[in-house]
Amino acid sequence: MASAAKAKKGIIGWIDHRLPIFTFLDHELGSFPEPKNLNYWWNFGSLAGIILVVMIFSGIFLAMEYTPHKDLAFDSVERIMRDVNYGWLMRYIHMNGASMFFIVTYIHIFRGLYFGSYKAPRELLWMLGVVILLLMMMTAFMGYVLPWGQMSYWGATVITNLFSAIPVVGDQIVSWLWGGFTVDNPTLNRFFSLHYLLPFVIVAVVCLHLVALHLHGSNNPLGIDRKGPQDSIPFHPYYTIKDLFGIGVFLIIFAGFVFFAPNFLGDPANYQPANPLQTPPEIVPEWYFLPFYAILRSVPDILFIPAKLAGVIAMFGSILVLFVLPWLDTSPVRSGRFRPIFRWFFLLLMIDCLVLGWVGAHKPEGTFVLIGQAATAWYFIHFLVLLPLLGKFERPRPLPTSISSAVLTVRGLHPSIKPATAIKEKS
Amino acid sequence: MMQHRLLPVAASLAVIFLGGAVPAQAEGGYKLLQPKSEWSFEGPLGTYDKAALRRGFQVYNEVCSTCHALVHLRYGDLDGLGYTADEIKAIAAQKQVTDGPNDQGEMYQRPARASDFFARPFPNEQAARYSNNGAVPADLSLVVKAREGGPDYVFSLLNGYKEPPAGVKLGAGMNYNAYFPGHQTAMPQPLADGAVTYADGTRADLEQMAQDVTTFLTWAAEPNLEARHRMGLQVIGFLILLTGVFYVLKRRIWSKVH
Repeated sequence: MASAAKAKKGIIGWIDHRLPIFTFLDHELGSFPEPKNLNYWWNFGSLAGIILVVMIFSGIFLAMEYTPHKDLAFDSVERIMRDVNYGWLMRYIHMNGASMFFIVTYIHIFRGLYFGSYKAPRELLWMLGVVILLLMMMTAFMGYVLPWGQMSYWGATVITNLFSAIPVVGDQIVSWLWGGFTVDNPTLNRFFSLHYLLPFVIVAVVCLHLVALHLHGSNNPLGIDRKGPQDSIPFHPYYTIKDLFGIGVFLIIFAGFVFFAPNFLGDPANYQPANPLQTPPEIVPEWYFLPFYAILRSVPDILFIPAKLAGVIAMFGSILVLFVLPWLDTSPVRSGRFRPIFRWFFLLLMIDCLVLGWVGAHKPEGTFVLIGQAATAWYFIHFLVLLPLLGKFERPRPLPTSISSAVLTVRGLHPSIKPATAIKEKS
Repeated sequence: MMQHRLLPVAASLAVIFLGGAVPAQAEGGYKLLQPKSEWSFEGPLGTYDKAALRRGFQVYNEVCSTCHALVHLRYGDLDGLGYTADEIKAIAAQKQVTDGPNDQGEMYQRPARASDFFARPFPNEQAARYSNNGAVPADLSLVVKAREGGPDYVFSLLNGYKEPPAGVKLGAGMNYNAYFPGHQTAMPQPLADGAVTYADGTRADLEQMAQDVTTFLTWAAEPNLEARHRMGLQVIGFLILLTGVFYVLKRRIWSKVH
């Protein structure tokens, strides 16, 4: 790829002189310098971007055939499944794509948590990511309502009713959201409209996320800054091919779901048309919301705050706490590899989130209540108590002097074991 | 160098896929029945047994259709069972559907055509309730996808009518079923040995009919299953090749860095 400084010739040069798209592409995608030691956990950002595009395209095709009316929505989805050419393919891609989007994004977030990607100077980059997560959750929730099955209807009822917990104006807010006195046709219509709008808002925030990313470049598994050009390699061809390989592996898994287990991640109840007169025995959200659902249902009455309001505050708080994470984590060391105590608590947090998901899938009865409460408490203790204290009391392992020295020294060895000692021997 | 870090992810996803092979459970958590010969449509290479589909359609047509609709199916869809256009025409013509209004502005009855949706047993919900002791017979076109346990559940339900155990009191007009959530269903036992006489001479015992009609209803819920499986193998085969090429390229390009 030609360097950005060199003047381009021919038509490309003519265009580039007036609208520097080629220079831009080269600068941001071609010769863009990345740390040379990124591992495969760094693939999940580009994977999330790819799924966003897949979701937008499959969604546009579905919207051409879908009817957002309470009497027709369910049947129109079945017509897509049966009569529209490859409609079943588009629908199953879109349906399972939502799950893929969340699993990839969750891995992307946990990668950031472990390697300290939220620390200076990447705080805004991280916060924009949390905004994207919130937008994704809104989009997914409203999209799930559109087929107007039993779980669509009752899920929408439960979630919109959360806002009634707000003191004084709660009920007014809920009828304002519904556009009536219950989840009904106006609700379905506005959800469809917003479900079509929000993905493009996500695209816009993703662009900001990338602008922030490209200012200082990616963090890396060692969590140390690059000292010079010897620590960097150009994005193309090194990370383009690595990302392509990752996309290939991902698409195989995605296709496995779409073609061989398309309804595995869904709830059978959503193949029953919505019936406002019949509540399903259990109202459960899709798997990617289960941890949050568990937090919502775990919180008891706290002093003068009723359990419902406290649950809503805790649920939103579990995401909002991520916004201030860069300031809660007081350790100057980014990567968990050099934080001997933090890495255990990180593992515990991952287990805690899985436990919350497991609890969220069950009725809040018996031991599930206690486990849910303990897991919810631990989630907040991790962020609000442990992270601020760890930075003060933990003794991090010595950091390698530079990326290239670490990479050269420990080649062939497990990178998390040797770097510090290996470098000491050398110096 | 760090491929092994992806292994846990791949392994957990493999577990999710294999999870589908675990015996299905009903909502109550008890084990469901499965037919002696496995479902032909399960697994990545699964296809529909055409003979079973036609027998199942016969069971639906002669027994289930008196109360249960298949709202999402047209008569023309029966070509998926291997019927010819003329056979479909004859099957459809046995049913009357309402059409119109005609030139005088009146609705009229005519024999169904291939392009018509399956005739419904009741004109509306109230009529269905009135004829069925207050219960509405469920539409069956998605029933296999709409119940926990899928085909195993439907198969178990049809085989699950028993004398109620001692101490169980049934409500008025209710029937005991070992697999229905709550064990009391308004639906009386629909199938018993010899309920239909199969056109192909297969012995029509309860289990055979339950298996056939469940196969038919699975097709009704997922008519594109065979096309999906076929395309899935092609897509995944292609993706494995493509990913292999990417992997080799990745190794070659990165060899300059390592």
